[in-house]
Amino acid sequence: MQARKKYVLLGLCMCCWLLLYYWGGLQERLLGLITHKRGEVARPWPSWLDRDLLPGYADQAELQNDGGSGDSPRQRRQSWAGIYKDSRCRMDTCFDFARCQGQSGFRVYIYPPEKGERVSESYHKILTSVVESRYYTSDPREACLFVLGIDTLDRDQLSTQFVPNVDERIRGYPLWNDGRNHVIFNLYSGTWPNYTEDLGFNVGQAILAKASLNTEHFRPGFDISIPLFSKEHPQKGGERGWLVRNTVPPRRKYLLMFKGKRYLTGIGSDTRNALHHIHNGKDIVSLTTCRHGKDWEKHKDTRCDHDNQEYERFDYQELLHNSTFCLVPRGRRLGSFRFLESLQAACIPVLLSNGWELPFSDVIQWNQAVIEGDERLLLQVPSTVRAVGIDRVLALRQRTQMLWEAYFSSVDKIVLTTLEIIKDRVYSHISRNKFMWNALPGGLLVLPEYSTHLAHYPFYYLNLGISPGQEFTAVIHATSPLVSQSQPIMKLLQVVSKSKYCSQIIILWNSEKPPPHRSKWPPMPVPLIITDGRRKVSIQTSSRFLPHAAIETEAVLSLDEDTVLLTSEIDFAFHVWRSFPERIVGYPPRSHFWDPVKKAWGYTSKWTNEYSIVLTGAAFYHRYYHHLFSHYLPSSLRVLVDRTSNCEDILMNFLVSSVTNLPPIKVAQRKQYKEMPTLQGTKTAPWVNPEHFTQRQECVSTFASWFGYMPLVHSQFRLDPVLFKDHVSVLRKRYKDLERV
Amino acid sequence: MCASVKYGSRGPALIPRMKTKHRIYYITLFSVVLLGLIATGMFQFWPHSIESSAEWSLDRRSVHDAPLVRIPMSSPIPERGDLSCRMHTCFDVYRCGYNPKNKIKVYIYPLQRFVDEVGVPISSTGLSREYNDLLSAISDSDFYTDDVTRACLFIPSTDVLNQNSLRIRETAQALAMLPRWDKGMNHLLFNMLPGGPPDYNTALDVPRDRALLAGGGFSTWTYRQGYDVSIPVYSPLSAEVDLPERQPGPRRYFILSSQTAIHREYRVELERLKEENGEALLLLDKCSNLSQGLASVRKRCYKGQVYDYPQILQESSFCVVLRGARLGQATLSDVLQAGCVPVIMADSYILPFSEVLDWKRASVVIPEEKLPEMYTILKSIPHRQVEEMQRQARWFWEAYFSSMKAIGMTTLQIINDRIYPYAARTYEEWNNPSVVKWSSVNSPLFLPLIPPRSPGFTAVVLTYDRIESLFRVITEISKVSSLAKLLVVWNNQNKSPPEESLWPKVTVPLKVVRTKENKLSNRFFPFDEIETEAVLAIDDDIIMLTSDELQFGYEVWREFPDRLVGYPGRLHLWDHEMGKWKYESEWTNEVSMVLTGAAFYHKYFNYLYTYKMPGDIKNWVDAHMNCEDIAMNFLVANITGKAPIKVTPRKKFKCPECTAIDGLSLDQTHMVERSECINKFASVFGTMPLKVVEHRADPVLYKDDFPEKLKSFPNIGSL
Repeated sequence: MQARKKYVLLGLCMCCWLLLYYWGGLQERLLGLITHKRGEVARPWPSWLDRDLLPGYADQAELQNDGGSGDSPRQRRQSWAGIYKDSRCRMDTCFDFARCQGQSGFRVYIYPPEKGERVSESYHKILTSVVESRYYTSDPREACLFVLGIDTLDRDQLSTQFVPNVDERIRGYPLWNDGRNHVIFNLYSGTWPNYTEDLGFNVGQAILAKASLNTEHFRPGFDISIPLFSKEHPQKGGERGWLVRNTVPPRRKYLLMFKGKRYLTGIGSDTRNALHHIHNGKDIVSLTTCRHGKDWEKHKDTRCDHDNQEYERFDYQELLHNSTFCLVPRGRRLGSFRFLESLQAACIPVLLSNGWELPFSDVIQWNQAVIEGDERLLLQVPSTVRAVGIDRVLALRQRTQMLWEAYFSSVDKIVLTTLEIIKDRVYSHISRNKFMWNALPGGLLVLPEYSTHLAHYPFYYLNLGISPGQEFTAVIHATSPLVSQSQPIMKLLQVVSKSKYCSQIIILWNSEKPPPHRSKWPPMPVPLIITDGRRKVSIQTSSRFLPHAAIETEAVLSLDEDTVLLTSEIDFAFHVWRSFPERIVGYPPRSHFWDPVKKAWGYTSKWTNEYSIVLTGAAFYHRYYHHLFSHYLPSSLRVLVDRTSNCEDILMNFLVSSVTNLPPIKVAQRKQYKEMPTLQGTKTAPWVNPEHFTQRQECVSTFASWFGYMPLVHSQFRLDPVLFKDHVSVLRKRYKDLERV
Repeated sequence: MCASVKYGSRGPALIPRMKTKHRIYYITLFSVVLLGLIATGMFQFWPHSIESSAEWSLDRRSVHDAPLVRIPMSSPIPERGDLSCRMHTCFDVYRCGYNPKNKIKVYIYPLQRFVDEVGVPISSTGLSREYNDLLSAISDSDFYTDDVTRACLFIPSTDVLNQNSLRIRETAQALAMLPRWDKGMNHLLFNMLPGGPPDYNTALDVPRDRALLAGGGFSTWTYRQGYDVSIPVYSPLSAEVDLPERQPGPRRYFILSSQTAIHREYRVELERLKEENGEALLLLDKCSNLSQGLASVRKRCYKGQVYDYPQILQESSFCVVLRGARLGQATLSDVLQAGCVPVIMADSYILPFSEVLDWKRASVVIPEEKLPEMYTILKSIPHRQVEEMQRQARWFWEAYFSSMKAIGMTTLQIINDRIYPYAARTYEEWNNPSVVKWSSVNSPLFLPLIPPRSPGFTAVVLTYDRIESLFRVITEISKVSSLAKLLVVWNNQNKSPPEESLWPKVTVPLKVVRTKENKLSNRFFPFDEIETEAVLAIDDDIIMLTSDELQFGYEVWREFPDRLVGYPGRLHLWDHEMGKWKYESEWTNEVSMVLTGAAFYHKYFNYLYTYKMPGDIKNWVDAHMNCEDIAMNFLVANITGKAPIKVTPRKKFKCPECTAIDGLSLDQTHMVERSECINKFASVFGTMPLKVVEHRADPVLYKDDFPEKLKSFPNIGSL
């Protein structure tokens, strides 16, 4: 009994002691929580008590003096040129900027083809693109950049298209100059088994525009990575992206797909050999075949037969259309055709190609269009792509299309992008920023000579959160001499100047007669500028779209001299334009159509239920299009316009629609924008001439062939004032005049 | 506490029963135990505070008390940095693993003081204030982990910010002694002043194996693109001087040169420019009459006239940043802080954070050779762009240069973006200042696509119990040729929808969805049954729209797939008297909203409305049983930045937006409520996203003198 009590007591004491012990422990933890904010527990990097006594990492005077001023800059530049050559080339050391500072600016020269020279189809396309670009010159003296006539695309010695003795031949070129200012295009380098980056000749100080470039060999800011493209890749225009609709949820039948070769040995086999692991036969389809090469059966392993069977069950094109993500693993080389294929198919590429310098990585933000995987983490790919949210899938997919159409859909675009990147480096202070390269409509349509300021372009208002300016410049194209004060142009001047948004009027005087004296023109509340656009030889119709420096506003109202409009019509159209600053907004609608009999594009001025052209005789558009018209379009098209004195308005519509991919906008009811010609008129208007109409038919075809596709798009609506012809008091209506038209 | 009380109540009850001779024994025992208890308790409480107070005392928490580590002479030296290192060759990505948060884990080594065999420290300064700030910031951040086994990135506590204070060989040995060094794999070193006289290398000279280097002043030849990170040279001046952001406006000087260590050749050229352009240029230098020290750091002189530095930088549009012996210049940070556009002339220099920052928007980079042309080049930049660049420069400083914390966090984020590229920050996130962020748009449907006509649209009819009217609506809509499917959202839980046989016969599939609660939001739910992109939301009493009008609406939507395309239009107005927004349904010349009682829109917006609606708007709508259409208009306008499109002339809708009973008073309270909605939503969105336009869409030949039968949409606007 006694002993038991003793033990009970002792036990109780022990319990209490333990309790207290733990409670104490709890206290300690609580204490820890309280002091947590001071970072005692969670943060082992202490708050040193003598923090304020710590020395600065550098004395301020030391920072400002920075160890003196260094070597003589002139000497340093000279010594650099000697040290940083070949594999360490940079624009500063391996490029002769002086060649590009001449009058002619950025010009590209192509070595003439030698007799019996075989040039592959792809290289031929590249050369054609250069020749047709606005930078081409046939005079090597004014050239800034040189392109070889020798086909350097395929440098695989086993290939049939391999050109031998390149080294000796280029050394013989007097202009070679160790490759300075040369650009060398290449798609395939190295050969079995290692597929090195070696081109088989010394590129020296030439810029490499090469597919499958490895980051280690890539000379940053100097070389350019281009995509691998097939010989069927179109010269111009090119197919649009395949994305036509954005269904929500955006998932397609398959989540992830791959169909391609499995390498059993050699370079690249690590990744290709593992791809079958992620195949689940349901939403992830990863198919590999061993059946390639001559002696595949020699290397064949246990998987081969089963894999080959599974491989045949799926069609590549079908998978491409129906998969959300597409695996783009490296092959023997880092780049592959499937990269461009999946880009076009809006199948978001999942890259497994470690060390690949992505195409045009200088300027393109790839992480907005592809998923960059890591070959080492193949097994994480399924969970990574599953975790991509709806918004991101939609955005990634749209960006694949944007990039495809802006830079990759044709050889022309690939070559031009290459040239533009080099040009941006040469004139770095007049170059595009990354935003311009990555936003619609893409860098090729942004000419930095016009401006380097984003707000000066019609495309970026929304992104910048701003609206176009409140004023416009009226540009009137005058071709007939001034004989009476009652001429249509006089009426037009009155109407335009009455608009409160009009800040200036420019008359482009394009008549044989000299422009009349200033006093002949009526007094105006806005400045009136008369530009004498006469040339000695002939009247230049395309001059109406010259980027006149006098145009200070973003909006241009383009008018013919005999246009009939009301002030309120002008005001309303201007309001609409401010909502659609990247499009042509105007009155006279026209349409194009496909003539199945003639197998050609046709043009019609008939009233129809839809339109695809708004004539520039009465239309608003952004002044940047003047610049594009004069500098982006090839001179051949402008010559055509000048020769026929026709079609300039159609060409402008082609241009704007090719930039926006959208139709122009017709406003309000007016269609007839000119008074019917009076018989007394000394000269009949050109557009009543039937020949004039035939010319326009031909123009549509010619333009479409230059663009490589038909950029015009039809629209079925017009924009009217909100209360247009509504049954409500006229007093309420802001644009009541429009109903009288 | 609890325990001792319990003991106290039990104890006395036990003791009296015991025999007296044992009592003393037990009392003694008990006292001993109690004493022991108290002592233990005290020990529990006290030692901790004793210990922590000891830690807080000067001698335990000073950097000078960090453990001393002696480096043996023969200790291995790492190899020089491998120039071919890239993330996929020199970085162990397995350490980072798959991580649902997509965040790397960073470990910081505890501070150690390294000395060589004779006891001389490896660094003349030891831990610097800046490096300490940097490490503190990292250890406070989400990146930090104290578990060395889970870490993906390791940061040595050895301060190598300034190479001048280091003993190269010993520092390298110290690095190699770190327990997880492993050839420098996944180790990150921060260095701002690399190289030393006379040739000033552009990267840290300390051999460092494969360690990543966050360096200030990289040249293109030492920078391993995609591996190293180029960081700014921190200017401690920015912590001392408070330069408030300067408002845009003309500045006194056009170009300012404030650096004191400019090479003679350049100074001659700058002076020539000054001669040519006069007052527009200000060419400052050291003050010769001031003694060395802090005073000279904060003053600049021109011909005897003294200027305050860095304040004077705010007086100029452009500020020259020329290379010195090193490429990275602390001046760059001062210049950015002052909101002056840096004119950077340092050939081959890798600009700070150039991997993510678009420097063309905040600076002008001119080749050194072109210094004489600087004035012409800068003059050609449009004025508005200069102001934009000034704002951008200042913003870059605030976000990425202003403190060691900013520099450290940016560096880690860049590395993080490389390891989890699919979760990387976008160009916009890095480069668009916050002002632009809320006003600019971020729609994933940015591509100008005109979807094909063929998939048609799905009509979603919201209904409660007006069956007769519902059936009429269904019959009307079914005449529209592009209708693909009808979806009736049955919002009445108390009543079942009529039997299948009673429904009107339609050629397209008709589905009825019963909802769990009578909520207005139900109409915007992204039902799986909606398989088309286009959705026509329509009330069960909208019987006045003709099939031509509906078909035309669909055609217009195809040209504006990212907008609301609807029939009745409404407007919001600013009420100057009340100082708030007002809702307007009168006949106005403008439109900023379309009612979703009859509107086409993309199904994506259903998804947005249901899952991404900001704030408590969705609940507000369901609670008030009103304004779901206004909320939708806000949502779409906010993400696209575009106005809705009103189609076809106005019709007398049968009070489309009010509840069953008509009446003036009710109408008025309705208007008040709608106005309230607008104000509420504007405050939740933090801005007024709605855009006002003066146009509506009509068919091209609307009201034209043209044979009706040739018109695609003849039956428009008729009642």
